[in-house]
Amino acid sequence: MADDTTFDVLILGGGPGGYVAAIRSAQLGMKTAVIEKQHLGGICLNWGCIPTKALLRSAEVYHLMSHAKDYGLSCEKPGFDIAEVVKRSRKVSGRLNGGVGHLMKKNKITVVDGEGKLNGPGKLTVSKDGKKVGDYSAKHIILATGARPRVLKGIEPDKKLIWTYFEAMVPEALPKSVLVMGSGAIGIEFASFYKTMGAEVTVVEVLPQILPAEDAEIAASARKQFEKQGIKILTSTKVTGVKKGKNEVTATLESEKGEKQEITVERLISAVGVQGNIEDIGLETTKVKTDRGCIVADGYGRTDEKGIYAIGDVAGPPMLAHKAEHEGVICVEKIASKDAHPMKKELIPGCTYCHPQIASVGLNEQKAKDAGYKVKVGRFPFVGNGKAIALGEDQGMVKTIFDEKTGQLLGAHMVGAEVTELIQGFVVAMNLETTEEELFHTVFPHPTLSEMMHESVLDAYGRVIHM
Amino acid sequence: MPINILMPALSPTMTEGNLASWQVKEGDEIKAGDVIAEIETDKATMEVEAVEEGTLGKILVPAGTEGVAVNQVIAILLEEGESASDIDVEAAKSNAPAAPQAEDAGKQEKAEKAKADDTKSAAPAPAPAPAPQASSGDGDRVFASPLAKRMAKQAGLDLAKLQGSGPHGRIVKADIDAALDGKAPAKAAEAPAAAAPGAAPAKAAAAGPSGKAFADAFGMEYELEPLSKMRKTIAQRLSESKQTVPHFYLTIDCEVDELLKVRKELNGRSDAYKLSVNDFVIRAAALALKKVPAANASYDPEGMLYYKHADISVAVATPSGLITPIVKAAEGKGLAAISNEMKDLAGRARDGKLKPEEYQGGTFSVSNLGMFGIKHFEAIINPPQGCILAVGAGEQRPVVKDGALAVATVMSCTLSVDHRVVDGAIGAEYLAEFKKLIEDPLTMLL
Repeated sequence: MADDTTFDVLILGGGPGGYVAAIRSAQLGMKTAVIEKQHLGGICLNWGCIPTKALLRSAEVYHLMSHAKDYGLSCEKPGFDIAEVVKRSRKVSGRLNGGVGHLMKKNKITVVDGEGKLNGPGKLTVSKDGKKVGDYSAKHIILATGARPRVLKGIEPDKKLIWTYFEAMVPEALPKSVLVMGSGAIGIEFASFYKTMGAEVTVVEVLPQILPAEDAEIAASARKQFEKQGIKILTSTKVTGVKKGKNEVTATLESEKGEKQEITVERLISAVGVQGNIEDIGLETTKVKTDRGCIVADGYGRTDEKGIYAIGDVAGPPMLAHKAEHEGVICVEKIASKDAHPMKKELIPGCTYCHPQIASVGLNEQKAKDAGYKVKVGRFPFVGNGKAIALGEDQGMVKTIFDEKTGQLLGAHMVGAEVTELIQGFVVAMNLETTEEELFHTVFPHPTLSEMMHESVLDAYGRVIHM
Repeated sequence: MPINILMPALSPTMTEGNLASWQVKEGDEIKAGDVIAEIETDKATMEVEAVEEGTLGKILVPAGTEGVAVNQVIAILLEEGESASDIDVEAAKSNAPAAPQAEDAGKQEKAEKAKADDTKSAAPAPAPAPAPQASSGDGDRVFASPLAKRMAKQAGLDLAKLQGSGPHGRIVKADIDAALDGKAPAKAAEAPAAAAPGAAPAKAAAAGPSGKAFADAFGMEYELEPLSKMRKTIAQRLSESKQTVPHFYLTIDCEVDELLKVRKELNGRSDAYKLSVNDFVIRAAALALKKVPAANASYDPEGMLYYKHADISVAVATPSGLITPIVKAAEGKGLAAISNEMKDLAGRARDGKLKPEEYQGGTFSVSNLGMFGIKHFEAIINPPQGCILAVGAGEQRPVVKDGALAVATVMSCTLSVDHRVVDGAIGAEYLAEFKKLIEDPLTMLL
């Protein structure tokens, strides 16, 4: 029997960054192991991206049932069982979790169940429930420990009244009212879910704009639609304190101007960002450096300690699963001396699956201007698109930003139905460095929502057709 | 055996051209370097030089023929002892390497690149290739992103001269940005791991393969010292100079016995200065520039710059690398002044305490390796300057004087010249004036 504690590549963490890196590593012929303390697929698959999409799908179907009349259908008293909605979401995660296990087996990757801790360069000790599982060593160790919810002092989640996404994802009963603290992707998705399911929802954002990373115009358009749905949004406002009751929380809100108000809700969801898992993994036994809660790594994931790499959330923002996967592949290919290129972070798309959806890639209009570009901006509204109207989804827009001088597509921003599935077209275009000319000459199928992408590009150059 | 003269490719993307005229006739004796024909592409006309010598046996493609494919046999050269009867035209034609396929993609590329090609009309005409080049088939197509193509067009860059960093060597925006910053290497070799020695000699020769990749690939041991800012500047400026400035070199021997004598005498008179041979060289270099101002010049696309003062950049070796402090308006400074200024500048250069204005600028450079016993060397021009003088060691050598063998202390000096701004005769005239001053040092004291 071959030595089963020495590997070419050891990966700490089996989330999307870690398990994808492991598969690529195995493909390249390296003896690979993944150490995972809880479940393969990580937060993304078990407590993040995937189960929330399942919840949001239930919400979407419920929304459509409630509006069946609009489509000429009848649906008597649509209702839901929150326990069943949650059960479906968990089942989706469970199925994919099993799928990752199968992929590990298929690629002959060793999966070690337990918590790994560096024990100096090249060495890892794994333990489970306080008991040592074994010592492992590898020439290359990839840290892919991910991130966890950031906690604000005084508003610490308690799993009962103050939730993080973990609890918000598996409610036992639907709270009547919810206060969502933070309007990034996680906060807005839960706000959208709970609102659609019938809760009273308030969103508090400390910055002047919701979805602070998005283009201002897109965020404003989304806000308008959220407010139309009845979500209460307070920007430039922070939660300064909470008082917990028996089955309710009273939060003190303070606006930028110093105006205070109190709001009492059944549950408060803290969605104020995530932070890297850098503790208790033995970093102190190495030369690995950290900065603001994340491991410092270069474009290939290399840290300050030779043979130790970091990828995904723990290696810094943007903390997105697809960024982690891509980093994992680049890191492993570099280890295997493949012709690897560092990722272009400006080409990482971002998606938020609320209703309406938000998707973007590249620079937003303000950032493009700040970067010194003279821009050409194109816009096309959903209301001008045949498929959108047929779907009954006529709200939203596609916005494109070009560098006037070179015709480089600098960014694309969308709000509206299914835009998370559309954005990839622009990501490919940007990655291939197309200019407006190639996009003009690309045929977009009719009738599809993607025609708006074409029209938006045409609009940037004053050639829009359907407007 | 008769030599086939082939239609040359004047640019890497050229697939065909017009044979505008023949500059020689059948039966003419041809030496290597003779202009034998003129070739016309969409935008430029270029001369074709012979690379072999012999007698032009037969012209196969008459003057005025359009659309001659690259690598087609256009004429046959006879070597010594061969006669026209040795020519087997059919065989020559069939032996010719397959002409590159002018595929649609290639044509399209050409149209897009027509403008860019304008800027490189000075491209050297590659010699008729005796063997098929990698240019057949897809080798001619330049892979570049649409954005890179447009940016290159806007900037007048020739894509064919760039090395792409994208997948499969595709030229992307970052490569154009680097080229515009002056940081991009000219077309480099393939990835070193793939560059088996001899696999692509033509490319490898023009390349700076990554030493690190090689060492890693072959398991050689080394220590990696990160590049200092100074080292990066040296690498960038000198690579750029050697690659873009057409250098030529002129060497002259100067007898320095008299200079050494005068130096000893002057140094004996005062403690206020201690003249070195280099101080004399700086002064002579400056005075000679005054006499031959055409050598005190820079080439610029807008015109030739002739400098009013002789600001002499003097190469000083420091622990971190080469730096060139400047003796400004050296033509108006005496030996003692130059000497003291140089001591101060060199000292501070070694301590890394020069101010930028003390080493940036300069109109002419002097580099002296005589103290290391170097007899003769050729220096790389420090752009935008037009010349650099490389000074060797003064050493006793046998010389012939009045028909008899004698011993003299001789110092060889080599002038590297940017031919775009200073021609051979001017360079020679300058060196003659310099030699006169060095050999008659009293004239320098005037």
